[in-house]
Amino acid sequence: MSKTILTIDDSRMMREMLLMVLQGAGFNVVQAEDGVEGLEALARSTPDVIITDINMPRMDGYGVIEGVRQDPRYRATPILVLSTESSPEKKQRARNAGATGWIVKPFQADTLLDVVRRVSA
Amino acid sequence: MDPMDAIKQTYFQECDELLASLEEGLLSLEAGEADSDTINAVFRAVHSVKGGAGAFGFQAMVGFAHVFETTLDAMRSGKLDPDPEVVKLMLRAADVLADHVAAAKGEGTVDEARGHAMADELAALVAPEGGAPRTSATPASPAHDEDGGDEWGFKPLKFGDDEPAAASAGWRLVMRPTKAMYAKGHDALLFLRELSRLGPTATTLDTSWLPNLEGLDPEESYCTWTVELPAETPEVAIRDIFDFVGDDCPIELTLSGANVVEPPAATPAAPIDIDALLNSVRTPTAEREALEGGAEKPAAAATPAADKGASKNVPAPAGAGATIRVDLERVDRMIDLVGELVINQAMLQQRVMESGAARSSTIAMGLDELEQLTREIQDSVMAIRAQPVKSVFQRMPRLVREAAGATGKQVRLVMEGEGTEVDKTVIERLSDPITHMLRNAIDHGLESTEERVASGKQEEGTVRLAALHRSGRIVIEVSDDGKGINRPKVREIAVKKGLIAPDASLTDEEIDNLIFLPGFSTATTISNLSGRGVGMDVVKRSIQALGGRITISSIPGKGSTFTLSLPLTLAVLDGMVVSVGEQTLVAPLTTIIETLRPKPEEVRRLGPRGAVLAVRGSHVPLIDIGVALGQRSEPIDPTQGVVLLVESEVGGRAALVADEIQGQRQVVIKSLEANFQRVEGVAAATILGDGRVALILDVDAVVEKMFSDRRDAAPLAKAS
Repeated sequence: MSKTILTIDDSRMMREMLLMVLQGAGFNVVQAEDGVEGLEALARSTPDVIITDINMPRMDGYGVIEGVRQDPRYRATPILVLSTESSPEKKQRARNAGATGWIVKPFQADTLLDVVRRVSA
Repeated sequence: MDPMDAIKQTYFQECDELLASLEEGLLSLEAGEADSDTINAVFRAVHSVKGGAGAFGFQAMVGFAHVFETTLDAMRSGKLDPDPEVVKLMLRAADVLADHVAAAKGEGTVDEARGHAMADELAALVAPEGGAPRTSATPASPAHDEDGGDEWGFKPLKFGDDEPAAASAGWRLVMRPTKAMYAKGHDALLFLRELSRLGPTATTLDTSWLPNLEGLDPEESYCTWTVELPAETPEVAIRDIFDFVGDDCPIELTLSGANVVEPPAATPAAPIDIDALLNSVRTPTAEREALEGGAEKPAAAATPAADKGASKNVPAPAGAGATIRVDLERVDRMIDLVGELVINQAMLQQRVMESGAARSSTIAMGLDELEQLTREIQDSVMAIRAQPVKSVFQRMPRLVREAAGATGKQVRLVMEGEGTEVDKTVIERLSDPITHMLRNAIDHGLESTEERVASGKQEEGTVRLAALHRSGRIVIEVSDDGKGINRPKVREIAVKKGLIAPDASLTDEEIDNLIFLPGFSTATTISNLSGRGVGMDVVKRSIQALGGRITISSIPGKGSTFTLSLPLTLAVLDGMVVSVGEQTLVAPLTTIIETLRPKPEEVRRLGPRGAVLAVRGSHVPLIDIGVALGQRSEPIDPTQGVVLLVESEVGGRAALVADEIQGQRQVVIKSLEANFQRVEGVAAATILGDGRVALILDVDAVVEKMFSDRRDAAPLAKAS
């Protein structure tokens, strides 16, 4: 039974890239285009790992992380932030919200898979 | 296609959309509609372009986008006001960014000097305290640190080289997970596993803090682990593992001198099992399962909801107003097929009627329904390809900015009707004429700032670009509030160039139309803008080739308006089917004003071959279609045939004579050039219900030919 990964990113290119890499590694991928959709997707699918962008319309990544953590079913689900940003303040903010890891865009396929596997046990 | 290439294509498409929304956002900021949503959207656009650029290694673009983004970030956080000067600069920066995207596509080059200057200007906005602008051209390197191991993004702590590195020594790591760590989806087991990847580890679990069952908070963290690692393990690698978790899992890392490395198998098995059992009571679900199942068993496999097979390969969830992207070729193919279907349906209907089936028969009624459905399918398919003209319009602000810059004039562009929809095939061909007309309006239409002030006008000239639907056609208007067409000068030039006779008497409208004559240019010096070798005559020809027309209206001192009208689609046409001799021809309905059967007293002979028709007090030239197309040498008697009164672009009204009218119907346009060759007087062809090919008449060409034939005979030129 392969794992399901929810990817939340407003960039179609990024979503497709994640889809290609993750599907290629045998994961199921559920996609969402922004934070609001991302949280809605939690009702339809049960992701094992959530990968979210920070800068998105409607609801940003911090909102996603907080929203996910408020849902009792996803209190312990790993959330990885995928962002071009890398400032310590932003990371700290994501961590405070409940993020599990931080990957800087652009990412290498191997690095991403390594991190995903690392957090998804 | 290579998947990466496909993604790159997606990226470029996305870039186009992002650049469009960037420009749109900046324009609304320029218009003073500065709300935080707009600023955020603008920021995100640049941010996303940068993100993708990094992924594909477009370093120059990343560098520029980064500086741009930094400035926008300052605006977003309120440190920089979006005042007009700043927004103007950003609009130009958006143009540079667009150049970068184009260069990445391989469609152009970036003016590096301009890019650097722009980057410096942007950087200066956020470093206003007089400090040197930030190094702008150097690409930001948000990605990896030199050691390449930092996928978590944190800078690894570096220890000095004077660190003792005894071969026999080993690392001793104490990790004390906190409750907060588990709350963020971390799992102590995973850290242990990561550590074991670095080399042989010896792990000890300290459960001394574990309270009795009744005092146990299942979510609290009570366990600490001590892991011993070989000394040759790089410290950075160990610290990296705990990079992002930070204070949620404090670690103590010491390099001890006396260490006995034990293989993992030597880890005492029995205590771990008991502790794991205890753990299962106190840790959150995911970790418990992981511990129970051992390291290799997927943690969430036991989570019931994960078993729902429905989540496999779920595509992007459909949001409100869901859209899909379809390859244009598929749509075109479908349009072709539907065209064939329409023809086929018409043929079938004709055959059935010929076979003598009664109108009320079930076959005939079924066919009527089929006709209805076919028509609906056709309309729906055409609607798929219909697009708002926005995609063309949104390129124009940049053009206007550049044209304004090149001429030193102040220009405001007003756009209306961007949502007007028209077939994709038409949209693609709108860009060039609009570009040229706008350039023309700025270059020739608007006065210089000094002239405007002198004549009491606003310093800033206004150019208006509007799109609207009018009687089944799309109309594009380009108007300016400049000086209008200088008629005496136009006339003078036309005489000088021998385009008209010096004593020709022309109406204002005819003089205005002179500028469409080949080889006409009013600019005394070839300016930077309009002197690109394309005259208004070329614009006019290209529009006529699309079945369109262009007209001018001009008021001296007030400005000019160019009106361009085009069919909504190039795929189907409503036409009047007529017989001319043996041939069946189709005349586009849009050109026909009325059809009539002339009375003998209305036809007046004019010269040996010519004739005119009196229609409600005015006289229009009679043109025999058969003669014009070379099918017969002698015109038929107009009173024996029918007359199509047409409005042509070239010479006003004309009366086309055909033998008889067969009816009115929608026909599918088949290109004659693509299937045969270009024929003068014929715009295209179609296939009728009986399977015969019918030619579609190019009314303007037929009328123009008549005028040019007569012009050869008489020296008085008619402005065409």
